[in-house]
Amino acid sequence: MADLTTNFIGIKSPNPFWLASAPPTDKEYNVRRAFEAGWGGVVWKTLGSEGPPVVNVNGPRYGAIWGADRRLLGLNNIELITDRPLEVNLREIKSVKRDYKDRALVISLMVPCDEESWKAILKAIEDTEADGVELNFGCPHGMSERGMGSAVGQVPEYIEMVTRWVKQHSRMPCIVKLTPNITDVRKPAEAAKRGGADAVSLINTINSITSVNLDSFSPEPSIDGKGAHGGYCGPAVKPIALSMVSEIARNPETHGLPISGIGGVTTWRDAAEFMALGCGTVQVCTAAMTYGFKVVQEMMSGLSQYLDEHRMSVDDLVGRAVPNVTDWQYLNLNYVTKAEIDQDLCIKCGRCFAACEDTSHQAIAMSEDRTFSVKDEECVACNLCIDVCPVENCITMRQLQKGEVDPRTGKKVGDYANWTTHPNNPMAQAAE
Amino acid sequence: MTNSQLTPGIAAGRLGAGDYAQNFADIAPRYDPHEARVAADRCYFCHDAPCMTACPTSIDIPLFIRQIATGTPEAAAKTIFSQNILGGMCARVCPTEQLCEEVCVREVAEGKPVEIGRLQRFATDTLMEKGAHPFTRAEATGKTVAVVGAGPAGLSAAHRLAMKGHDVVIYDPKPKAGGLNEYGIASYKTPGGFAQAEVDWLLKIGGISVENGKALGSGLTLDGLKKDHDAVVLAIGLAGVNALRADGEELNNVLSAVDFIAELRQQPDRAKLPIGRDVVVIGGGMTAVDAAVQSKLLGAENVTIVYRRGQDRMSASAHEQEHATSVGVRIVHHAAPVRVLGNGAVQEIEFAYTEDRPDGLKQKDETFRLKADQVMKAIGQTLDGAPDGLKTEGGKIAVTGAGRTSVPGVWAAGDCASGGEDLTVTAVAEGRDAAEDIHAQLTA
Repeated sequence: MADLTTNFIGIKSPNPFWLASAPPTDKEYNVRRAFEAGWGGVVWKTLGSEGPPVVNVNGPRYGAIWGADRRLLGLNNIELITDRPLEVNLREIKSVKRDYKDRALVISLMVPCDEESWKAILKAIEDTEADGVELNFGCPHGMSERGMGSAVGQVPEYIEMVTRWVKQHSRMPCIVKLTPNITDVRKPAEAAKRGGADAVSLINTINSITSVNLDSFSPEPSIDGKGAHGGYCGPAVKPIALSMVSEIARNPETHGLPISGIGGVTTWRDAAEFMALGCGTVQVCTAAMTYGFKVVQEMMSGLSQYLDEHRMSVDDLVGRAVPNVTDWQYLNLNYVTKAEIDQDLCIKCGRCFAACEDTSHQAIAMSEDRTFSVKDEECVACNLCIDVCPVENCITMRQLQKGEVDPRTGKKVGDYANWTTHPNNPMAQAAE
Repeated sequence: MTNSQLTPGIAAGRLGAGDYAQNFADIAPRYDPHEARVAADRCYFCHDAPCMTACPTSIDIPLFIRQIATGTPEAAAKTIFSQNILGGMCARVCPTEQLCEEVCVREVAEGKPVEIGRLQRFATDTLMEKGAHPFTRAEATGKTVAVVGAGPAGLSAAHRLAMKGHDVVIYDPKPKAGGLNEYGIASYKTPGGFAQAEVDWLLKIGGISVENGKALGSGLTLDGLKKDHDAVVLAIGLAGVNALRADGEELNNVLSAVDFIAELRQQPDRAKLPIGRDVVVIGGGMTAVDAAVQSKLLGAENVTIVYRRGQDRMSASAHEQEHATSVGVRIVHHAAPVRVLGNGAVQEIEFAYTEDRPDGLKQKDETFRLKADQVMKAIGQTLDGAPDGLKTEGGKIAVTGAGRTSVPGVWAAGDCASGGEDLTVTAVAEGRDAAEDIHAQLTA
């Protein structure tokens, strides 16, 4: 069994699987169940300022999209921060932490954008013995209308300012949670770093309407015939999250800044991918909300098996894929591949043919007896046939070796060369 | 007196009332909407799909399944009905395991096809239960067409002709329309009066009148029909039954399996149907299986199907054979009847073992006997009552192209016509195609 112990900005946890600040972490009861199930850490549901708590809608707060057999692919919510009194949350946090000293317990915070409010909440949580704070600059619905959440996260200067206050008025490790509802995620990450953040976590949820009811014409989830955009999460958002994480991990300004990865982590494999792109921990919500807390057991056993099989430690894994994330212009244009169809695996559905013939390069031939084969002289290796083939590994890419002639271009495959030196590039630099 | 499975001879009410209801319940109940979506989601939407090619009526199966998957089973049903107006019955009785589902790429790849038949039933039932008919008639042409036979081929032809604007009269000897759909299919495949409901729904297109109790030779002549109509479609099926050609065939309780099935279909109270304690069914097709299984379901103690050739030659599908054996029917291969024994009524039947040789099927000297209170013949049907003057071929009305007979103005479709398998779905296709051909000729 691989050692999954994690030390993330000084916060120790028995494994890198944390529950994200969200409905599953709103109460002592839930959090105790989570720790009993094996979760390494919990980011407690966002606390607001002292005083009357926020209120939630009293109709549906979640919407969803589904795949086959109602497998939940994406979830959205219009729930706000905790709607329970601050003192109740603080009492419960303290009680849980006392009993689970080995687990990470981080408190998510969101208060108005003035120094006094932040000073006050930081003082209020001082006594809980929590391990750190996460600044919720990501929540895209409701709270953002009141100048908090993503309204802060969309302005790098505010992020920097608030982060600085937090670091000034607290000795706790500070994670800044970022919103994906921006154009360039590197800017808020840089601002967090300038403000003194110990880490960033991302992504928070994405502005979304899951569907429109075609009888009532209300967006879903519908509250009395009306809908407001919610925050989108779950397996569907993972590719967006991975990309944003990778941008921060490879940006020279933020490279090395610890990241807690969030966004559609459903299995150990998802978690490992986030970690390979630089995340020291991952945070999970939708998978737990879909299947319950027990999913962490698969995550632990899967990651452990993977690390054992590859003779890697958690530290070996974190960031290992970052050097391979690059810009398009540096991709090797002399990497030439051709699709190949394994006739033994082919079930003759013809999807590759329909896709290629109708929407791509007419590079697949279909015979009278439904044998499908690739026309190398037409194939640009776009991968669409592989993506639409229902049989795993039936269609694969074969790399043409150096010196081999590409039947499509009639040219021999050469050494690595990219767009920056390509003759068609008006900005091309002469090769040295 | 209460009868049981062990009551000797032929007796009704061998089972408890609940047993009948259970035995003759829908064998493959309709999917609920969620089941349908899950099943539909398995379809790969193949290009130039093999299932569509395998369907005798060429239903656009990937399209209708996608329409189910996207929550529009009514649109799916219209896709089905535009090719096969009896898509509801075909969804129940088609040997899909030998047609669309056999060639489904997921059958080939995983041994588990997309359940096309059950999805078709989900779509067609959904639309039909709404009561509306999805097609309207074209402008009236003023032409009339006679259709002889109200079975699948005749109904299919009549519907297509009516849709094209022709007026159609269907003649049928039986009191109810539907042909084998009404009289010839096992009850558990089409419970709840579906066959008549389907006929009523089909006739909603308008322009079709049905005259029952009329057949060629009893009230009708081909010349008369030709004189009164612009075209004639013969869809008279195969009304004759092959003889055993074994001694003692004339004994009581040696009956036609077709008649047995028809009687069963028309008797709503199964407890009133007498059945033997020992039943022997002779034949290897769907009719043999339907008769044998239903004998068992009525409470016969021992039911045996005896087929003169090997299992690989049985025309009943493997699925049908499995169904028979799963309800307790025994299937004996390579045996042919030589003598029916009994005193007035059959008591036993003697078989000779057979073997397939290069020069044909030979009976061996070894014989065996089976106890039999009833012997049901299911060894094929024959053309009966076809009008003189039509060319025949292999015991059927010879046709060329889309059902054209040797007599101008007369078409034939379904089991009575040469070519094609004797399947409901094939009959529907032939009826439809003959109608299109007639329409083309009448409007040329």
